[in-house]
Amino acid sequence: MAGLSLDLIALQLFAGLALGAIYVLFAIGLSLIFGMLTVVNFAHGAFYMVGAYVGVYILMLGGDFWICLIAVPLLVGLFGVAVERVLIRPLYGRGIDYPLLLTFGLSYVMVEFVRIAFGKTGFPFDTPEILQGAVNIGVGYFPLYRLFVIGATATVLLALWLFLEKTSFGLIIRAGARDPQIVRVLGVDVARVWLIVFGIGTAIAGFAGLLAAPLQGVIPEMGGTILAEAFVVTVVGGMGSIGGAVLAGLLVGVVVSMTSLFAPEMAKVSIFALMAVVLIIRPQGFFGRAGLMS
Amino acid sequence: MSWFQFATRHRASIASLVVLVFPLVMPFTALAVNILIYGLYALGFNLVYGYLGLLSFGHAALFGTGAYLCGIAIVHFALPWYAAIALGILGGLLMAALIGVLAIRTRGIYFAMVTMALSQCVYYLFYQAVDWTGGENGLRGINVRVIDIFGIKLNFINPLTRYYVIAAFVIAAFFVLSRILASPFGAVIEAVRENETRAKASGYDATVTRLITFVLSGGFCGLAGALQALHLSIVPIEILHYDTSGVVVMIALLGGMGTFFGPMIGAAAFLLLENLVSVWTVHWQLIVGAVFMICVLFFPAGIWGTLISRGKP
Repeated sequence: MAGLSLDLIALQLFAGLALGAIYVLFAIGLSLIFGMLTVVNFAHGAFYMVGAYVGVYILMLGGDFWICLIAVPLLVGLFGVAVERVLIRPLYGRGIDYPLLLTFGLSYVMVEFVRIAFGKTGFPFDTPEILQGAVNIGVGYFPLYRLFVIGATATVLLALWLFLEKTSFGLIIRAGARDPQIVRVLGVDVARVWLIVFGIGTAIAGFAGLLAAPLQGVIPEMGGTILAEAFVVTVVGGMGSIGGAVLAGLLVGVVVSMTSLFAPEMAKVSIFALMAVVLIIRPQGFFGRAGLMS
Repeated sequence: MSWFQFATRHRASIASLVVLVFPLVMPFTALAVNILIYGLYALGFNLVYGYLGLLSFGHAALFGTGAYLCGIAIVHFALPWYAAIALGILGGLLMAALIGVLAIRTRGIYFAMVTMALSQCVYYLFYQAVDWTGGENGLRGINVRVIDIFGIKLNFINPLTRYYVIAAFVIAAFFVLSRILASPFGAVIEAVRENETRAKASGYDATVTRLITFVLSGGFCGLAGALQALHLSIVPIEILHYDTSGVVVMIALLGGMGTFFGPMIGAAAFLLLENLVSVWTVHWQLIVGAVFMICVLFFPAGIWGTLISRGKP
């Protein structure tokens, strides 16, 4: 098999990492929100889609991609904050299913709003000029933009890690995830912390949508598919674990990428097979605490 | 005896009577047929969500498998209609067993995520089996014109006849479900929902109860899917889409989860609303989504649930 050299496999591995980077960003937002608020955000895909559309809108207004990188997470995050404050907060203490159902309804509304504002057909999203082309990474030429996606994801992860581990607000978030009752007793306004965490999670989802836009185009339904796949990532990695989300996200990306090299028709199914295996062997996921699942 | 007790005791008969007179008050019989089928689908879903307390976001896989197997039996094997329906039910049961075995290893919120992911997997599998399912174009040519029962030939093209043929199956499902719920096993289902530890301490296996309930739910949803295939004479691939799983969650919540009449009332309310709204806008999902959110925020017990909370002593 001359065509299937080691270089090709290495390149495909990198492509898998770039794809995985999007999953990672999507899933850490989901995981962060769940870890703190115990809310499974079914509208996470819709926030991701809105992120891409805000990017499209900024480009229409004459902005460039670099403005998008700052403005998209900011705007989507603010929108997320508003959603938490107005819609999700009244549901705390009413059972774990209700916020899930509410965000599910919200995703319909958001997708339909975007269809009204931007049409049903979607847009292509050009890769910014400086990031076009490919670079030699030792094993062959690799698209520069995908390298940028990996780099941007690593930057976000590093910033998030520093924020959570090295700032006093991060300390409150980690404490709140473990025992919100005690944190409240210590005089911290937990509701405000939850508001900010929901904002950060949705901001990262919007950012992920923007990064994915040049790779796959922008359509109103783009959030639905990735939501199901991100659930696989969270189940494999362990719910509420950020480390697990990172590892599982990259793993899922690589698995999709490798199966599309060897058996393209099985690429979409492979990640669900991965989930099935993990559920049988280790139902709580890689980094999930045993018993958290039940 | 209050009206509520009376309604509970004769729930299957009352539901059947309503179903029998229903087309007389509906503007279009086609809409009435849709309400029947989606009501049956929600009935099966409600068994898992309402009575067992597990939120599934993957019921499209059960409904869709029933529809596809019924369609494949007719299109590829030219089997008679009753064999096709039986295969549809079997398909729903088997798919539920497959998904159930994996998904009941998780609880609570994870159950919703895992069922959704697995049903997405089923979507891709059926999408790729083009020879059997027609892939993106859907499975076409499920033409059943005459329903032959012991020599009596019924014209399935006639809307009213079609309604009553489908209603016969739905009524049978009412009685089967009512029987299951009234049985000791039905009590165990609710015991597992209310307090798993106590149910276990009483000697019941919670995991097996969950699995059996999920599989039974698959049977009802498979039947609903099979009837849908006969009704539409095509199985679109969208039947397995995530939206089909979502719709049934909305219907069950709108009608009142964990109640016997809730799913049918929810289906009627949901489809009438969808029908009314789509007359004046194509963006009916906006209204439906908003109504659902209002329901979650202010009327979590649903239409029927709110009514009986007043009728209960």
